[in-house]
Amino acid sequence: MHARLVAWVFAGPALLVLAVFFALPVAAALLLSLTDFDLYALADPAHLRFVALGNYLDLLRTPLFWKSLGNTFYFVLVGVPVSIALSLAAALLLDSPLARMRAAFRTALFAPVVTTVVAVAVIWRYLFHTSYGLVNWALGHVGIAPVDWLGDPRWAMPTIIAFAAWKNFGYNMVILLAGLQAIPRDLYEAARIDGASRWRQFLHITLPQLGPVLLVVGVITVSGYFQLFAEPYVMTRGDPLQSTVSVLYFMFEEGFRWWNLGRASAIAFVLFVVILAATTLLLRFGRRRGAL
Amino acid sequence: MRLRWPIIFGAMLVAMLPVLLAACARDDGATTIRFWAMGREAEVVADLLRDFEREHPGIRVELQQIPWTAAHEKLLTAWAADALPDVCQLGNTWIAEFATLGALEPLQARVDASAVVEEDDYFPGIWGTNVVDGVLVGVPWYVDTRLLFYRRDLLERAGVREPPRTWAQWEQAMEALVRQAGPGQHAILLPLNEFEPQLSFALQAGDPLLRDDDGRGNFRSPGFARALAFYAGLFERGFAPPVSETQISNVWDEFFRGSFAFYLSGPWNIREFRRRQPPGMEGAWGTMPLPGPDGPGAGIAGGTSLVLARGSRHQDEAWRLVEFLSRPDIQQRFHAMIGNLPPRRSTWSHPALASDPLAHAFRDQLERVRPTPQVLEWERIVQEMRLVTERVVRGGLSQEAAMAELDARVDAILEKRRWVRARDAEAAGAR
Repeated sequence: MHARLVAWVFAGPALLVLAVFFALPVAAALLLSLTDFDLYALADPAHLRFVALGNYLDLLRTPLFWKSLGNTFYFVLVGVPVSIALSLAAALLLDSPLARMRAAFRTALFAPVVTTVVAVAVIWRYLFHTSYGLVNWALGHVGIAPVDWLGDPRWAMPTIIAFAAWKNFGYNMVILLAGLQAIPRDLYEAARIDGASRWRQFLHITLPQLGPVLLVVGVITVSGYFQLFAEPYVMTRGDPLQSTVSVLYFMFEEGFRWWNLGRASAIAFVLFVVILAATTLLLRFGRRRGAL
Repeated sequence: MRLRWPIIFGAMLVAMLPVLLAACARDDGATTIRFWAMGREAEVVADLLRDFEREHPGIRVELQQIPWTAAHEKLLTAWAADALPDVCQLGNTWIAEFATLGALEPLQARVDASAVVEEDDYFPGIWGTNVVDGVLVGVPWYVDTRLLFYRRDLLERAGVREPPRTWAQWEQAMEALVRQAGPGQHAILLPLNEFEPQLSFALQAGDPLLRDDDGRGNFRSPGFARALAFYAGLFERGFAPPVSETQISNVWDEFFRGSFAFYLSGPWNIREFRRRQPPGMEGAWGTMPLPGPDGPGAGIAGGTSLVLARGSRHQDEAWRLVEFLSRPDIQQRFHAMIGNLPPRRSTWSHPALASDPLAHAFRDQLERVRPTPQVLEWERIVQEMRLVTERVVRGGLSQEAAMAELDARVDAILEKRRWVRARDAEAAGAR
C-alpha cells in the first residue's frame, strides 16, 4: 500500500502535466470538432451549434480534402523511402573504417536538421528559381531546358520532397549510425572468412541487425512526414493548382485563415486516424518480419 | 515539419505586449496610444507620427509594424485576448469581419463633428467599404483599385487611335493587336491566380454578387453571366494566355518586351514600371481606366482604413491620430513617400498628384469604384470564384455549370450567416 502511494506521488507530476497539456486539449478539440465553431461563435457563444459528425461527413464531400490527402500520401510514399535511404547511405559512409574526419562530416550532415526551415527555404527558393537558379543553370550545361520547379504542378511536390529529405535525413542518420556501431564486429569477420561479398554482408548482417532501429526510424519518419506543413507553407503556399496542399496545410487554412475551428479540428482527427493506421500497419509488418 | 501553433505564440506575444509597453513608456504625463500598421506603410508612417507628436505634445504613439502575412491572425488573436491597439490599419476586406465580431467603434458621430474628415470629399465607393450593416466603422486611409497598364506604341501600330471605353471597343482593339502579334505575344495578361479581373468585370456588369440579405450567391444573374462570358472569351479567342503569375518570371520585362499590350494591375506598379522601363520607352506606355460593358466601367474598391478598437480607453486621442492622417497635406506626403493613392478628392488636387499623367487614370477610375458585399465570408467567396472560373478557362467546365456550382458553393459558405441572421431577427422580434 505504501509503495503504491509513493509510486503515484512520483508519477503524479508527469500525469498532471500530461492531463493538462495533452489529454485536456485533445478532449477539447474532439468536442470542438463536433461543433461549427467559427468567427460567429467567437463573436457570440450563442452562435455555436452542435453538428455531431457533420464536419466529418462534410469533409468527405470536399474535393480539396481528398486532393490534400492524395498530395500527403504522395509525399509520404516517395519521401519516406528516399529520406531513409539517404540517411542509411550517409550512416554507412560515416561508419566505414575508411572514413576520415568523421566528426566534421557528422556535424555537417546533421546541420540541416538544426537550421531554421524558413531561412533554408529562402536559399532553396533561389536554388530552384526558374531563371536565376543554380539547379537550372547546372541542367542548362548538360542541355536540359529550364524547369519551373516550384511553379509547375508536376514538379512542385518532387521539389518539396527533395527539400524535406535533405532537411531531415541527418536526424535519422545519427540514429542509424548508433545502430550500425552496435552491430558486433565478429559477425562481419565470420562472414568475411566464409567469403561473403560486401553486398551480401550488407544484406544478411547489416540490414537484419538494423531491423529494430529501422522500424523505429520508419515509424517516426512516417508519422512526421504525414504532418507535412512548414515546407509548403514557406515554399509554395499550397500552389500551383493546390498541388502542394497537404492535409495539415488544409487544416491550417480552414482553422487560421477562415477560422472554421470546428472543421479544422475534424481534419486534425482524421489525420490522426490516418497516421495511427499507417504506423500500426508498419509495426505489424515489422513484427511479422521479426524486427521487434 | 510540424505545425508550430502560431496562434499560441501570437497569443503569448499579445499577452506580453501590455507588460512590455508599460515597461517602455516613460511616465511624463502623456497619454500613450497604440497604433498597428502593416507592411511598408508601417515603415514610412513613423516619419509622419513624429510630426503628430509635435503637434499634440500630450499624446505619444507607440507604433507596431506587422507584416501583412501575419496581420490577420495577429489581429484576431489580439481581439480574442482583448489586446487590440487603440488605432489600427485594417484592409477593407477585413472590416466586415471585425465589425461582426464587434471589435470596431462606430465612427459616424465623430465624423459628423470633425472639421477634418469630410465624408463628401471621399470617393463614395471607397467610403462604402467602411459601412457594415449601415454603421460606419472606419475611415479610408488609402485606396487601391485595378486598371489597365497599356503599351501606347503597340496599340498605335495595330491601328487603335483612341483608348477603348467599352467592352466592344476593347475587344476590337485586342483583335487588332492579336492580328499584329508575333509568336508568343498576346493582347492582355490576366494571371489565373488572381481574382481581380473577374471581380472587376462582375462589378461592372452591375448585378449584386450576393442576394437575399447577402445570404446567398447571386452568380447565376444575367450580369455575372455577361461578365463571365466576356472574361472566358478573352482566353477562348486567344487574347490572353491561360497562365498564372508564377509562370511569368518577370511581368515588367515581358510588358516592355511586348509579350502583352494590356496588363490589369494596381497603383504600386506605377513605380515599378517607371523604375524598370528600358531607355526609349518613355511615353510609349500609360495607364487607362477600365472599359465597361457600355462605357467607362466600375472598379474594385480596395485599400485600407483606419479603425478604432471598441475596447480602447483612449478613443479621443486615437481619433486625433485618425484625423491627422486623414488631412490632405499629410496624405499628400504619405503618397510621396510610398505611392499609395489618397482616398480624398482634395488631396488629388495637389500639384504633385494632379500633374502625374500615370496617376490620372486612377483618379478617374476611383470615381467609379464599387464596394463588394460586406460579409465576413467575402475573401473566401472570391477565392471560390477564382477557382471555379479558372476551371472554365482551363477547360472542363461550361459557363452555366460554373455559375451553378459557384452559387452552390457560396450558398454553403453562407449557411451559417443565414442562420445567424434569422436567429438575430427572431430575437429582435421577440423583444
